[in-house]
Amino acid sequence: MTKYISSTINHFILSIGLLIMVVPIWIIFASSTHSSLFINTNGLQFFLGDNFIENYSRVLFKQSGFFNEITALKMFFNSFVMATGIATLSVITSLMAAYGLVYFKVKYATIIFWVIFITLLVPLELRIMPSYIVMSKLNLVNTFAGLILPISASAIATFFFRQFYKSIPDELLEAAKLDGTNSLRFFIDFLIPLSKTMIAAVFIFMFVFGYNQYLWPLIMTTSEQYWTVVMGLKTMYGSISDRFAFVIMSMIPPVIIIIFLQKLFIQGIFQNK
Amino acid sequence: MKKVQFKSNYSQYFFLAPQLLILLIFLYWPIIQTFKDAFTMQDAFGFGSQFAGFDNFLFIFSDPSYFTAFKFTIIYSFVITLITGSIGLLLAVQANKVMHGKSTYKTLLIWPYAIAPAVVGVMANYFFSERYGLLHHLFNNLWGFNWYENVFDAYIYVIIAGSWKQISANFIFFLAGLQAIQKTVIEASIIDCKSNIRRFWTITFPLLMPTTFFLIIINITYAFFDTFGIIDTTTIGAPGSETKTLVYKAYIDGFKGLDLGSAGAQSIMMMIIVLVITIFQFRYIEGKIHYN
Repeated sequence: MTKYISSTINHFILSIGLLIMVVPIWIIFASSTHSSLFINTNGLQFFLGDNFIENYSRVLFKQSGFFNEITALKMFFNSFVMATGIATLSVITSLMAAYGLVYFKVKYATIIFWVIFITLLVPLELRIMPSYIVMSKLNLVNTFAGLILPISASAIATFFFRQFYKSIPDELLEAAKLDGTNSLRFFIDFLIPLSKTMIAAVFIFMFVFGYNQYLWPLIMTTSEQYWTVVMGLKTMYGSISDRFAFVIMSMIPPVIIIIFLQKLFIQGIFQNK
Repeated sequence: MKKVQFKSNYSQYFFLAPQLLILLIFLYWPIIQTFKDAFTMQDAFGFGSQFAGFDNFLFIFSDPSYFTAFKFTIIYSFVITLITGSIGLLLAVQANKVMHGKSTYKTLLIWPYAIAPAVVGVMANYFFSERYGLLHHLFNNLWGFNWYENVFDAYIYVIIAGSWKQISANFIFFLAGLQAIQKTVIEASIIDCKSNIRRFWTITFPLLMPTTFFLIIINITYAFFDTFGIIDTTTIGAPGSETKTLVYKAYIDGFKGLDLGSAGAQSIMMMIIVLVITIFQFRYIEGKIHYN
């Protein structure tokens, strides 16, 4: 009996938690399926309307933005290029750098270690203005390289890979050395296959991180051709139901990734703890 | 490092080069520029600049709006950490206990973690708008809510917008922390102590201490940096500049006000704050805080 009561209390508290986390998104979604006229006269909606297809296809394909030069579809494309670029570049460079730090006798190893890891103290938000000036000196404003490179300049992934490599037994390298394996072969044939889970977790993390960037694309894109989804949200003009539909669409890619790959993601985080 | 390593004259640099190159160009160059800015004074028309010593730092310390931003950032980090930590812990404890529907609860509670702060801000905008806003109506009926004139109301607005998605992050890590506690410890404690609540505070919570410290750091970093997108899509610092975080103020002064010297000095002050936080973080990661 007491067991039954306590389990009811558990479910009750969890349901309140669910209400707090899910209802706001549901209200925006339900409202996005009504016409703007209806929303303007009746406010936010709890129930679905009939304008779902009409609203969503209008947002995806209609030219919008300040100068009406870009569609939401193009913004999604830009966001994907940016997020994939950031995730790929940081996984590759960090995987290599961590390998160089852990598996080699390096001259000035301590200096190189600090040159890499002290950068963790300086998130992009702290160097936003000088970064913009550097990018315009390099002629990288309004390019994908300009959106991707400064955000890939991060040692977080290197830190994770370094911790992971340190946990791999020394015997592996000893055995490989007896077989006469060189450093590049060892990296490609042994370490990369072993790090698969970590690579996937870091890739997911960096992809969502890149997709969700707001301030940097806001500063780096004066041309609407390079607008991304998350920054476009604030600047996009249109009717109220257009904006609701765009908010809902903007959260779909990262949410799907996290829901389907949550096990992998959490595993990756906790391998390092 | 490893006891067994490769010995080579050049191949280690082949592996280190790509990252070092990107860091040097896109991180060290701007940082050096930040230090240069912080110690130079530019004239109002941008024609010339001269070495200014610590003048920019003295200027921000004598600027009352810097302290307003400082105060708000501290309050904001504290309240967000407290709210999201306690709700996250409460939900994680319940989710860890239930027999049925565990994975459904987990999936639905983890989900908002992936949403960008700026998107959350835009959503909060609708709930706090005078025209459609459900929360605006609710609070208005309770005490006459008006966030663009009333500082307390603006705080409520940005705190709700800022906390919502972070509850998910706290929930994920607390749940993982709870699942890592060994079953035998819990079973043994059931024999010694019948009260559920006392058992939680004397056995389970101390075992969660490392997770709690880790999350405090995560939440503070979030409140400092990631809330930029939330502030910029909700209050923009309103009523006056009472809801500007330090990061937001540095951006406005540097990018909108074109005062590079002040923005540089503010960035360096924040680097010092992050340095202090990171030292704590390293203490945790190196395992100096141990309870199990």
